[in-house]
Amino acid sequence: MKTLEELLAIKAKAQANITTRESADGSAEVTRIVVGMATCGIAAGARPVLNGFVEEVSKRNLKNVTVSQTGCIGMCQYEPIVEVFAPGKEKVTYIKMTPDKIARVVADHIVNGNPVTEYTVASLKE
Amino acid sequence: MRELSLNILDITENSVSAGASLIEIDVIEDTSLKTLSVSIRDNGRGMSEEMVENVRDPFCTTRTTRKVGMGIPLFKMAAEMTGGHLELSSRVGVGTVIAAHFKTDSIDFTPLGDIDATILTLITMHEEIDFVYRFKIDENEFVLKTSELKAILGEVSFNDIDVRMWLKDYISEQTQIIRGGVT
Ligand SMILES: Nc1ncnc2c1ncn2[C@@H]1O[C@H](COP(=O)(O)OP(=O)(O)OP(=O)(O)O)[C@@H](O)[C@H]1O
Ligand SMILES: [Mg+2]
Repeated sequence: MKTLEELLAIKAKAQANITTRESADGSAEVTRIVVGMATCGIAAGARPVLNGFVEEVSKRNLKNVTVSQTGCIGMCQYEPIVEVFAPGKEKVTYIKMTPDKIARVVADHIVNGNPVTEYTVASLKE
Repeated sequence: MRELSLNILDITENSVSAGASLIEIDVIEDTSLKTLSVSIRDNGRGMSEEMVENVRDPFCTTRTTRKVGMGIPLFKMAAEMTGGHLELSSRVGVGTVIAAHFKTDSIDFTPLGDIDATILTLITMHEEIDFVYRFKIDENEFVLKTSELKAILGEVSFNDIDVRMWLKDYISEQTQIIRGGVT
């Protein structure tokens, strides 16, 4: 059984980390992962994709990476759509995202800077 | 939508977009009456009467310039298909209530699905908003008030990994207890 006492203990531990994390962040630029969460995105399966990214990023304790949501990106047939904005790079648009693709996108693209081309909208043109 | 919990997420996102600071989500099932009621109440900017009419019946009104949304019509259809209905009331500057009533014994009833994931998504993505979530099956009730959790956590975020995992487990345990009460 999860109890509120437990939550209090988690808080104390997390609080100790906050101070170190803030100083580590400094002024480095942020990579943004943005998930389309309009009706079309949600219907196509955006909920586990959004939660999957949030959890993968925090499990890996990635600094300077944010996961957020947006409305309709305007290509409803390719939802769930995820856009990645890395500092100094062009936007990369992932289409038909599923939870099983997340680990690879985070490892290859977010961490190592190599977009997973086969999952992107650019792959459509080939 | 495959699950009602996805409609609930979608409809609640409208409340978020409307600038609400407080959103109440009630999911109430009565197993003897075979009904499920879902209501989403917010204190966001609200809608004019004309807007309410438009949103409720987008296909009956003459198209205006604005693109017609699909969220509310889909939710309404999901309720009506079961023999239920949707209520929508809103006041500019006050807020909006959307309530959908379902008949759970209808063959066209869409299951609730992963309501826990919907609640976790909402409260962690919109930490600045206070949510009150009530999940009730017959006599058994689980109420989650994010303001109470925030009072415990102070500056610590719902997205701290340990906090998030606690929330996830807590919500799923409580849901199971409520569901377990059903024979
Ligand atoms: N809780 C609310 N408060 C204020 N306005 C609302 C609320 N819910 C809906 N609306 C208004 O009604 C419109 C239609 O909502 P609906 O969910 O049907 O579609 P949408 O959100 O515009 O688009 P989408 O199909 O991507 O969801 C919204 O754009 C908004 O202007
Ligand atoms: Mg909507």
